[in-house]
Amino acid sequence: MKLQTATSLALVSVLEAAANPGRTVAAAEIAEKYSVSIHHLAKVLRELARADLVESARGVGGGYRFTGNAKRLTLMDVIERFEDISARPPEGGRTTTDAGRALARVLAEIDEIAKATFRSITIDTMLKLIARERGAAAGAPRAAQAARQV
Amino acid sequence: MPLFDPDQAPRTGRRRRAPAATEVRVRPVGAADVAQVIALDAKVTGVAKADYWYEVFHRYGSRGAKQRFFLVAESAGAILGFVVGEVRDWEFGSPPCGWVFGINVRPDARLAGVGTKLLEAICAGFRRAGVTKVRTMLARDNNLVLSFFRSQGMMAAPFIPLEMDL
Repeated sequence: MKLQTATSLALVSVLEAAANPGRTVAAAEIAEKYSVSIHHLAKVLRELARADLVESARGVGGGYRFTGNAKRLTLMDVIERFEDISARPPEGGRTTTDAGRALARVLAEIDEIAKATFRSITIDTMLKLIARERGAAAGAPRAAQAARQV
Repeated sequence: MPLFDPDQAPRTGRRRRAPAATEVRVRPVGAADVAQVIALDAKVTGVAKADYWYEVFHRYGSRGAKQRFFLVAESAGAILGFVVGEVRDWEFGSPPCGWVFGINVRPDARLAGVGTKLLEAICAGFRRAGVTKVRTMLARDNNLVLSFFRSQGMMAAPFIPLEMDL
């Protein structure tokens, strides 16, 4: 399953904002970090604001603040604001042939697993996962340095 | 065995105040607890399965069993939740691992870390049994329990569940 660019941007924007509860995150900061157009990102952030997942703060130090419930909001909740993956037909599903139907069934199976995964992971769980990734990334150089010192 | 939302509150309806997690003690199940386990399971699943639970107690409730675990969370004499699991060896060549196949928390005791305490306790038992991995399996539309296990750090395992009609 491939997510649209706007959907991926929405997910990282929510995660960036939720990682700093109470603090505003500048759109320019997110755009630079993920190497995306600020105009494209602004559209995404406006949609997130309409969904009451972030709120914008104007003026100096302005930006976007997370206003959702990180323990309840799932990846699927965010994705569904931007695309309807539930209604998406299976990729490559040429259903006029037996082989096409069989292939479509396998691809649908894969999609169902992907959807279940998105539905089961909350923003809070993602933040824990990000922290683990950060810890692992920080540990790797230390381990390499320790190995060099041995 | 059905699994239900251990530490998750229902998404709708009024939430009751959950007891403080410090009041909760996790210990091996005793014969006197089984009636409360049956009632808890029946309340959540809508199906009373007394024979099944006495069989589970018989197989997993023995204090001498080193690879089988049936634990309850208790507070002031009341059973708030339970967890059941075992160490499984070499299934399709997989090295021994801990396997959780049942966890449940009384609806009015959720959101207080009871499910977390139960999972931590059974994981400690698995570690003592010498395994370093814990697994579980549940329906993919069981969002609340999937979310609970995810929140505890569980990720997709390198296995695919399969089935067919007989």
